[in-house]
Amino acid sequence: MIQLSVNGKAHEVDADPEMPLLWVLRDLLGLTGTKYGCGEALCGACTVHLDGDPVRACVTPVRRAAGRAVTTIEGLSPTGEHPLQKAWVELGVPQCGFCQAGQIMSAAALLAANPRPSDDEIDRSLAGNLCRCGTYVRIRAAVRKAAGP
Amino acid sequence: MLVAACSSRAPTPVDPAPPPAIPAAGLLAPAAFDSIAERPPRSQAMFVEITRVLTHARCVNCHPADDSPRQGDLHALHDPPVERGPANHGIVAMQCQTCHQDRNVVLARVPGARGWKLAPLSMAWLGKSPAQICAQLSDPERNGGRTLAQVHEHLGHDALVAWGWAPGAGRAPAPGSQAQLATLFQAWIDTGAVCPQENVK
Repeated sequence: MIQLSVNGKAHEVDADPEMPLLWVLRDLLGLTGTKYGCGEALCGACTVHLDGDPVRACVTPVRRAAGRAVTTIEGLSPTGEHPLQKAWVELGVPQCGFCQAGQIMSAAALLAANPRPSDDEIDRSLAGNLCRCGTYVRIRAAVRKAAGP
Repeated sequence: MLVAACSSRAPTPVDPAPPPAIPAAGLLAPAAFDSIAERPPRSQAMFVEITRVLTHARCVNCHPADDSPRQGDLHALHDPPVERGPANHGIVAMQCQTCHQDRNVVLARVPGARGWKLAPLSMAWLGKSPAQICAQLSDPERNGGRTLAQVHEHLGHDALVAWGWAPGAGRAPAPGSQAQLATLFQAWIDTGAVCPQENVK
């Protein structure tokens, strides 16, 4: 059994230590906000936080998360009122929406470390999060909006 | 469908069985240089052999002279486009450990080892000659403040260096083995640690 803390709640999961964290979250804990995209850490759709640092859950073995704080899109704000989430809604960022949880999780880590990022810094830190709908301009605008004036 | 939709490179065929391991090419042992009677040229020849490892793609891809790691045998720019960052392991939200684990991820074919990061710029090897690499390795100002004995220890036992011989299926390992490299490096030290001349490739 592996002890996990996910979104502030303790869990004990019966999983192979090498099982990707993504499938523990989605299949064992029912947290389906984190998406499966490429399965190779190339698209960023599965991004979650481990102790505040973004990781690609599709290639992260669950053993790496043991004893650490996992945060998923469901736990970013209990009420959905994280500044990024509010900006996302206000600007209507998503198109299909599939990549957006990963985009927001990466952006949240960026703002936590750099509350006033430049456009260039936003682009560089989110360069590993792909959006096939091409919403990059709106993503950048929403991150800027969440960062404040 | 999603694989094609979310990757910026050609999709990898879905195959649960990894391709067979690529056998390692050999690395000459110190005795192979016994026919060179003079110690300085023998030492130089040994270092040139050592650079078969140091300039191998498995090693040099993380020793670039710029801010982007490389990947593959042709040293392609890393995809996704990660950056060196202030501590040589990326920038916020795009750090090495965002994707790389403490070991290779077999099915996803993501390489990994403990301490995965870029070598500092002072230790750039990509595109450098054996003479340039030797000068860098021998210079405490550019080798992390190490003595040659400490460089030997690093090459012979560091877990990240060891990855070069266990890079996962589909990647050619560095020549020889880590132990053979350590033996040859010690022999180079014992013969005076003479660097090759600039025109030696």
